[in-house]
Amino acid sequence: MSVDIQVRKTMVSGDRRFDLDVQFSSSAKRIALFGPSGAGKSLTLRAVAGLLRPDAGRIEINGRVLFDSQAGICLPARSRRVAYLFQDYALFPHLTVAQNIAFGLRRGWLNPRRREATREAQRWVDAFELGAIVGSYPNEISGGQKQRVALARALMLQPDILLLDEPFSALDSQLRGKMRQELDALQRQLDVPMLLITHDPADVEALADEVFQVREGRVGRGDERVGL
Amino acid sequence: MSDPVWVPLLLSLKVAGWATLLAAIAGTAAAYGLSRWRWPGRDLLDAILTLPLVLPPTVLGYYLLVLLGRRGIIGETLAGWGIELVFTWQGAVIAASVVAFPLVFKSARAAFENVDGQLENAARVLGVGEAGVFFRVTLPLAARGIAAGVLLAFARALGEFGATLMIAGNLPGRTQTLSVAIYEAVQAGDDATANMLVLVTSVTCVVVLLAAGKLVPIGAGQRNGGGR
Repeated sequence: MSVDIQVRKTMVSGDRRFDLDVQFSSSAKRIALFGPSGAGKSLTLRAVAGLLRPDAGRIEINGRVLFDSQAGICLPARSRRVAYLFQDYALFPHLTVAQNIAFGLRRGWLNPRRREATREAQRWVDAFELGAIVGSYPNEISGGQKQRVALARALMLQPDILLLDEPFSALDSQLRGKMRQELDALQRQLDVPMLLITHDPADVEALADEVFQVREGRVGRGDERVGL
Repeated sequence: MSDPVWVPLLLSLKVAGWATLLAAIAGTAAAYGLSRWRWPGRDLLDAILTLPLVLPPTVLGYYLLVLLGRRGIIGETLAGWGIELVFTWQGAVIAASVVAFPLVFKSARAAFENVDGQLENAARVLGVGEAGVFFRVTLPLAARGIAAGVLLAFARALGEFGATLMIAGNLPGRTQTLSVAIYEAVQAGDDATANMLVLVTSVTCVVVLLAAGKLVPIGAGQRNGGGR
């Protein structure tokens, strides 16, 4: 596992301007970007996933180049083989749990049908103990279940890396500890590399082998204070 | 039912049906284009496309005559291919679809702008191409708003009078739709026919509304709003 990321991007909205200039590399399996909100963590994660095009830089995961401004490489999000756990999970509200999980298996213009989806998603449904709710819609299930569905949906495509955007911020504090343990166990079991962004030190404590601090669009290692 | 009622009724349904189909496709496509791509002139184009909603139908009819008439810019070319639109039921279709277009366009644009971009991104990261994102996520989530617009468009097309009279005229059995037939019956003092036509029109509209209520039950789309 190796991650090598350099991203430069200037965001302008109105008269506000934000310069993102992050650079880090690691061979750890569990990496955390830690910092206050508004520091540029989410932008960095979006750039890795291909949802934001940097002005310049290079993104390499496990020897596979996803973006390289000098070589003119920019893989579209659909070809990056990354899993992305959105902060609010971004489950498709018009599809059942089974259809959500099976979503990525279908490449065409049609969503998996309900019954078909249940069969395709079965292994993951069992592994995540979602059997009771396969036919439910996202607005009918709890926060913890939503997170499991989102994880199953992202992980069944066997991604090169799992990107987590503040994974527990949408949960109440009781559930947060439980889901943190679950994710920890799951990551060890699947042995999937992960890149986590968070502002919660407890997440870093529980889930990260290597930590990078992000402040005002810059990155430093560990406890090092950047630009201060 | 007697011919003076039956014939205009069938013609009205045929004209309104085709006009709604045209308006639905063109309105949805235009709405999607305008909601997604930012370019100068977007607001002006939006205003022009909404114009049929506020212009008097006679003015629209006049514009259509200028464009589609035998010496019109488009009409001359069409005449060269042997296609006549003035004083034909196809002309009535064009008139009705132009008048109905903004109703689809406006509803669809609002519906597309309400679709959470995060859900589209989630689909991209799951490996789905842009066409798949549109047909599997964007369109289903906007479907309810679009359906409401299409319904209004059909009702509007069914009642079209001014522009239809200008371009298609009043030829019994060929271009005489319900609203035009009612006008003629009243002008001719034929109260019996007028009463019958008015009754049939009202009943048809109620049937359409009921059918639409079955197709798009209130509440069916509520889950679209949940789970965000």
